[in-house]
Amino acid sequence: MFGYKGKVLRVNLKDRTYKVEDLNLHMAKKYIGGRGLGTKMFMDEVDPKVDALSPENKLLVVTGPLTGSPTPTGGRYMVVTKSPLTGTIASSNSGGFWGAQLKFAGYDVIVVEEKADKPVYISIVDGVVEIRDASHIWGKVVSETTDVLEKECGEKSKVMTIGPAGEKLSRLAAIMNDKDRAAGRSGVGAVMGSKNLKAIVVKGSSKVEVKDPDGLKKVFSESLKKIRENGVTGQGLPTYGTAVLVNIINENGVLPTNNFQKSYDDKAEAISGETLAEKYLVKKEACYRCPIACGRYCKVDDIEGGGPEYETIWAYGSDCGVSNLGNIIKANYWCNEMGLDTISAGVTVATAMELYEKGYIRDEEIDGTPLKFGNDEAVIEWTKKMGLREGFGDKLAEGSYRLAEMYGVPELSMSVKKQEIPAYDPRGIQGHGLQYATSNRGGCHVRGYLISPEILGLPEKLDRFKLDGKATWAKAFQDLTAAIDSLGLCLFTSFALGAGDYASLINAVCGTDHTADSIFEAGERIWNIEKLFNLESGVAPSEDKLPKRLLEEPIPEGPSKGWVHKLSDLLPEYYELRGWSKEGIPTDERLEKLGISEDMAKA
Amino acid sequence: MNVEVRLFATLREGRGKKVYFQLKAGLTPRIIIKELNIQEEDIAILLINGRDGDFDRPLMEGDYLSIFPPVGGG
Ligand code: SF4
Repeated sequence: MFGYKGKVLRVNLKDRTYKVEDLNLHMAKKYIGGRGLGTKMFMDEVDPKVDALSPENKLLVVTGPLTGSPTPTGGRYMVVTKSPLTGTIASSNSGGFWGAQLKFAGYDVIVVEEKADKPVYISIVDGVVEIRDASHIWGKVVSETTDVLEKECGEKSKVMTIGPAGEKLSRLAAIMNDKDRAAGRSGVGAVMGSKNLKAIVVKGSSKVEVKDPDGLKKVFSESLKKIRENGVTGQGLPTYGTAVLVNIINENGVLPTNNFQKSYDDKAEAISGETLAEKYLVKKEACYRCPIACGRYCKVDDIEGGGPEYETIWAYGSDCGVSNLGNIIKANYWCNEMGLDTISAGVTVATAMELYEKGYIRDEEIDGTPLKFGNDEAVIEWTKKMGLREGFGDKLAEGSYRLAEMYGVPELSMSVKKQEIPAYDPRGIQGHGLQYATSNRGGCHVRGYLISPEILGLPEKLDRFKLDGKATWAKAFQDLTAAIDSLGLCLFTSFALGAGDYASLINAVCGTDHTADSIFEAGERIWNIEKLFNLESGVAPSEDKLPKRLLEEPIPEGPSKGWVHKLSDLLPEYYELRGWSKEGIPTDERLEKLGISEDMAKA
Repeated sequence: MNVEVRLFATLREGRGKKVYFQLKAGLTPRIIIKELNIQEEDIAILLINGRDGDFDRPLMEGDYLSIFPPVGGG
């Protein structure tokens, strides 16, 4: 067996049993692994209408064929489940070292079913599986849980866990691994919490077999060379981390500020990657076999830990009107400890600030620091309260959409399909906005990062205000991203590598016969099954939309002044390119062409 | 009047965050970049007033330049 381990671990938490099944290699070839194979398996097993927090929902942890292999950045895994935040398919990706270790422990996939009657954790050591009591770690923050379990399960064990936010079923709860890496988005931590599953610990020594070691050596060194020589992956990201984006996004006038009421932050320099490196950076960190090392490790006062990422700095910084980088680092620290998605958590605080300033949230309701834009104490305090569901934090734990809805103004939530939009104002980046609107898991920047061509000029520079060709770019980026997410590699490799490189890597590891075209096709197949899941779960195509503010309120100042997003001009072309109906529904012809219909008939 | 030049990331090394140039007829980003001893191939993004810039566009009163090496993230 090459690349894959060929084994699926199925754990039933209700009767505390498990079994080991063979991986369906035919499906693995078609849907690759990670996000693609996980979605396919999930759809075959779970009713799309399932309540996300009920025992009938399943939690799939899925590696890719390159996870644990020697390929650069080959350490990633995907959590696939139904999202309690959006009701869509959720697939949340994480790096660090846990994913590779799961392969070394002997499995490609873990399927977690049902709910334990008491808190438990799963230990998987070289193929031996145990479901153990977790009452002593229930309620504990992520770093403490990790320390306890590493001790309990022995040297070199890797811990994936939820924090208090997941236990308390926050719709913004992340699953954390290696203390500060997160399968962050879509509330996947709450699904784990709903099953009374605190953690999964993995440890193993079985290597990932490679079909063509000589061939891999060659493509490995070619791709490594491309990564090292590329300005972004060889220099920008290693030197400044993702926070290097703060200044460039702001200089373009698309850095959302005060819950997207403005898109230029005159205090951005204070929270930039350059300032972070100068004042707070202790060291950089890399995930498994990553030559890029974009991770940061920062210290402020008595607090130190992994991060913050660009997205976090923005969400707790400009979007909350905050320019105290030290306190943003502290808010990030508490997100990691509580197990919260930093994007959704920060944007939810920003939404609360707008609701407060506009008089919807009244003083007597809130039991803490006033939720005012620019209040840099508020971002720390409310993150802790949100994680613990304490006082008004209980409402924040529901996410920005449900929060704004409680006050009768859901349109003040800057979200798509109820998931908070990340750090780029689509009014000034038209293609990226189309990608936000059509993302199958709701507001998201890693489902097709059109910032690359529209702002960064990679692989070529596009005019960010023009609509021409943007639907084609969006589709291509979405499809390629779906394939990379399924291989088990980090999306940041795509600054330097193309579909042909990914095909060569998987072929050398697995002995497959992929080409650049078949990589794109696999990605398109994955995109289509995700859409099918959403439709069956009741998420209508009309949910492919943006918040009213971004469609109707022009950017008030700065370099992108006067722009709104022109989604209705872009959507018809996009649907046509996808081969979907005018209403945004995959057609039988396209499903046939992608080989999806035959799988559905069998399922 | 001055033209403000904003430098970012590694381009700041030995140059600072902002540099000002006296505005005179025919002053272009290309001239400024040469004066600053920056290799053109080290520049990934050049903005004039926050919009995609052109190396040879003569600068005007009130213009500001933002110059970046290759940067990226997510
Ligand atoms: S580029 Fe960053 S996120 Fe990606 S694998 Fe490397 S360190 Fe991890």
